[in-house]
Amino acid sequence: MNLFEYTRAETLDAAMSAATEDGAILAGGTNLLDLMKIGVVNPTRLIDITRLPLHDIEEHDGGLRIGAMVRNADLARHPVILSRFPAVAEALLSGASAQLRNAASTGGNIMQQTRCSYFQDPLSPCNRREPGSGCAAIGGETRNHAVLGWTEACIATHPSDLCVALAAYDAVVEITGPDGLREVPMESFHPLPDANGTGPAPLQSGEIITHIRLPDSGGMARNARYVKLRERTSFAFAIVSAAAALEIQDGRIVQARLALGGVAARPWRARTAEKALADQSPTEEAFARAADLALEGAAPSGDNRAKITLARRIAIRALTRAAAGTPDRLPALPASVFEGDCNG
Amino acid sequence: MADVMNIQGHVRLGSNAGQSMTRRDGVLKVTGRATYAADNRPEGVLHAVTATAGIARGRVTHLDTAAAEAHPGVVKVYTPANRPDLAVSPDEKIHGFAWRTEALQDDTVRYAGQPIALVVAETLEAATEGSHLLAPRYDADTPRIGLDGGVPFQPETISIGRPPSLEVGDIDAARTGAARHFETVIETPAQYHNALEPHAITAQWTGDRLEIDTPNQAIGLAKQSFAAYLGVNPAHILIRSPFLGGGFGSKAILFGAQLLVALAAKDLDRPIKLALRRDQMYGPVGHRPATRQTLKLDVDTRGHIAALEHHTIAVASSFDDFIENASNASHSVYATTALRTTHAGIRADTGTPGPMRAPGEATGSAALEVAIDDAAYALGFDPLEFRLRNYAETDPATGMQFSSKALRECYAQAAEAFGWQDRPLEPGSMKQGRLLKGWGMGTAQFPCPMFQAAAHATLRADGSAVVETSAADMGQGAWTSLAQIAADGLGIDIDRLEFRSGQSNLPDAGVAGGSGHTATAGTALFNAGADTIRQLAELALNDPASPLFGADNAGVTARGGRLYRNDDDTRSEAYEDILARAGLDLLRGEGKGAREGEPERAMFSHGGVFAEVLVDPDLGQVRVSRLIGAFAAGRIVNPHLARSQLLGGMIWGIGFALQEEAIHDVRTGRFTNADLAGYHIPVNADVPMIEALTVHEDDPFVNSLGIKGVGELGVTGTVGAIANAVWHATGIRPKRFPIHPESLI
Ligand SMILES: Cc1cc2nc3c(=O)[nH]c(=O)nc-3n(C[C@H](O)[C@H](O)[C@H](O)COP(=O)(O)OP(=O)(O)OC[C@H]3O[C@@H](n4cnc5c(N)ncnc54)[C@H](O)[C@@H]3O)c2cc1C
Ligand code: SF4
Repeated sequence: MNLFEYTRAETLDAAMSAATEDGAILAGGTNLLDLMKIGVVNPTRLIDITRLPLHDIEEHDGGLRIGAMVRNADLARHPVILSRFPAVAEALLSGASAQLRNAASTGGNIMQQTRCSYFQDPLSPCNRREPGSGCAAIGGETRNHAVLGWTEACIATHPSDLCVALAAYDAVVEITGPDGLREVPMESFHPLPDANGTGPAPLQSGEIITHIRLPDSGGMARNARYVKLRERTSFAFAIVSAAAALEIQDGRIVQARLALGGVAARPWRARTAEKALADQSPTEEAFARAADLALEGAAPSGDNRAKITLARRIAIRALTRAAAGTPDRLPALPASVFEGDCNG
Repeated sequence: MADVMNIQGHVRLGSNAGQSMTRRDGVLKVTGRATYAADNRPEGVLHAVTATAGIARGRVTHLDTAAAEAHPGVVKVYTPANRPDLAVSPDEKIHGFAWRTEALQDDTVRYAGQPIALVVAETLEAATEGSHLLAPRYDADTPRIGLDGGVPFQPETISIGRPPSLEVGDIDAARTGAARHFETVIETPAQYHNALEPHAITAQWTGDRLEIDTPNQAIGLAKQSFAAYLGVNPAHILIRSPFLGGGFGSKAILFGAQLLVALAAKDLDRPIKLALRRDQMYGPVGHRPATRQTLKLDVDTRGHIAALEHHTIAVASSFDDFIENASNASHSVYATTALRTTHAGIRADTGTPGPMRAPGEATGSAALEVAIDDAAYALGFDPLEFRLRNYAETDPATGMQFSSKALRECYAQAAEAFGWQDRPLEPGSMKQGRLLKGWGMGTAQFPCPMFQAAAHATLRADGSAVVETSAADMGQGAWTSLAQIAADGLGIDIDRLEFRSGQSNLPDAGVAGGSGHTATAGTALFNAGADTIRQLAELALNDPASPLFGADNAGVTARGGRLYRNDDDTRSEAYEDILARAGLDLLRGEGKGAREGEPERAMFSHGGVFAEVLVDPDLGQVRVSRLIGAFAAGRIVNPHLARSQLLGGMIWGIGFALQEEAIHDVRTGRFTNADLAGYHIPVNADVPMIEALTVHEDDPFVNSLGIKGVGELGVTGTVGAIANAVWHATGIRPKRFPIHPESLI
């Protein structure tokens, strides 16, 4: 391992002033330390923010304000998350393993890097790692790569489950930096690649994510689900996933939310699909039409055309499950395709 | 770690062998006191890290050794330019069970991940950073990767020294006469052992004596190999390997870095430790190669197989000759009038493959069972009925009788436990809610080899005993099951037995592999005990003061630490009393375990495996919702441990069928998933319901104890059963493993 300096930030200001180009913020370390070990990132300074007062979850205008250092496991078990944002709990508990969720933070989950294997291989050209070097994924192994919003410069996906649910619920990322506070909607926080590169960095030098705000979920609290396709029943990233939330009154959809995971460099909020669902009956046909709209413009970035079909179908599944209502208790295998149809 | 196991934590009823004793090493393991090789921290230890090649084929043209050596803490960097000499080239095969390996002999690169330098430093971190700082430059050639990227060749031998083909009967005539012809092509991927314990070594010299801590499945052989390569007297080498955190075939043979560590420890006169990182285990320590298998089945009008042909194309390395002998899995399972098995190789720029989790058998069985199922369905037979119709009463490959074969009973018991009789024939005809449900089966079969083992048993003055053999416990439970056998050989309670093992200065127990370790080392231990008791009986029978005096032809029986007269059970004497009167502190016996002469029977363990899968019709995800096998494997020494082995094997089968696959980028030859996040093996949630039943089987031929093997049996049959269940659920016949969701939508 490279020699680096380690400081534990006692104040937010200290953390901000240290979080410059050659430094990196250390939260749970479950992604950052791995990337350091394999030589993908080489910060000369680590700023540990685990002691900053960012561990609280506060209720806020019917919604929640979640500190960036709240651990994934704690967030998933928070009573308000379980009662009003159940798709967030389901997304979290479908991710990684219990051990990782105990360590992983909310901010770190949002800021985790793509699992593109070429990004993780310092010997491969990668525009995300080294702007201008090219994209080794194109023409390579593309099973976990994008079918939406990609360019020839980068076809990576963002791997987070949490972010997909957060995007569906209109979450807002609160950022503090040298120029003060700013807020960015979750759905556009992760830049999409452009023709030349992977897009601007989500955070500027010195900036830190302090909180995630979840606005009141209104009438969608009990009609929300997350579904995740993966070969291994747990401890695997999504091949594709979807979060859906519906407000249904008198048999009609008042409003709908749909976001897809595993398909793009950001959680893919399907706004046109949502609009098309408004004022419809929650039927399989309506969901199928919405899913078509959600995948509009999708194109394989390699040998991954099947993902388009899978993403479309998982969107339908998530909407169908959301319409059926959130179960009172989280299923034993959260977000599993098999829920309800076989034991566990 | 002591070489003696303290006896703790088991509950037992009655005698020793046959009891479901819990592991004697269990408490040590769950309390973290079992010492694995990398847990050793000798005074003054240095850390070694290998730098590995980033290309798959070519030459290293530059290594920045100056930068690495300038890094604080780095002690020395070994490259082909300065590495100490080995006594024998690592490209020479010193015996039949050796691989060509990389010990910095030159600057060629034969596969991505090949060690190209060894950095030794005061800390692991410094050594790691030193290895990065080497920043190798290469003269790279285009790599040849995979079944379609490599160069075909015809191997002279397959597996380890076996003939590449077999032909029995007139296949062409049989084929012409048959009513129906079937052809199945199946691909299996490259798989890596991924034992949880990484390959590790700690080497330490005292003068010309070398002590090595390293997990190894065959320490006797390892000692010979170290001695040969290093040019050291084998008597001066001590290897300790009390526990292995899994081996799966990858820890049976030395690899170059182990030799380099021993050389560097001598050169630097300090103990050195090396533990491979996960990604470094993808290359130099073997793997199961990718195969493409073609099965041709010709079946007569009554559903009997007339001709069975199995051809395997397997990836090999460019510099060594291991060929996965997958076709051989078709030799002895189903009756046929004509049989042909053949193999071809593809030379590719990968590390040399080697034995992994039922080498050949698992891979070939996966394809064979799918082909059989395919034929059964096309002919309108229930898959079990078709298998029974083609039940091999004698071994098709050799014409020999089976030493024992309770496969019918296995089928019957597993089928009944599973509820197979309710299975509709048509695929896609069962549902569970929205999900497709399918049932499939496969036949498990694994050979019963025996190797060479030796053991000592020593009776002590107090009637307790110590037995010694250099066995390997990779988690299968050798510390327990071998001790059970040894105790019965001595006729004492296991609580009075001290079992010394896991070190190379003990009698050689041979290899823990091929599912033959319990049979081989167990026989040696039993014989050593019996030899001791024979001597003890002689003392007593010839001593007029002994109550056993005069038993002569009737003889005596050893039981519970006493000898009993066979003609009068009321006359007995304790071991300690016999020894005391003879004025002996110790009485020592020796035993060997091996198969004498050429076998006159075909010897296999068998089983029937039944799988239920649920498949999501829209998303293609597969879940093995039930898995039940029944197995016959001769005498079961410890039902509890045997069940664990069988369940473990079946779970390997789930991984093989649905998850395990190492992926190379064909352009660079580097892996895209060389870690446990990307290379999937089953987790608990993948195994909702699993059961392994054992069927009683007495085998008077396999060896004197009637022990077959259970280590690898469970994976054979299971892969096919799952694939066949997927077919039954979906009507889609899997063409390659692992079965991906994308292939089922
Ligand atoms: C084997 C494995 C399997 C996994 N499976 C899944 C899965 O199925 N689904 C899933 O969603 N995730 C999965 N993960 C990813 C896991 O969720 C992330 O690693 C974790 O959430 C990162 O959080 P952390 O606190 O450990 O972040 P760290 O590793 O500490 O940091 C990650 C990045 O975020 C930055 N950062 C952290 N906090 C802040 C902040 N407050 N402000 C600005 N920048 C910040 C760091 O500088 C770093 O760049 C898996 C990880 C592993 C190792
Ligand atoms: S897809 Fe993006 S992250 Fe992956 S190699 Fe290409 S540029 Fe890098």
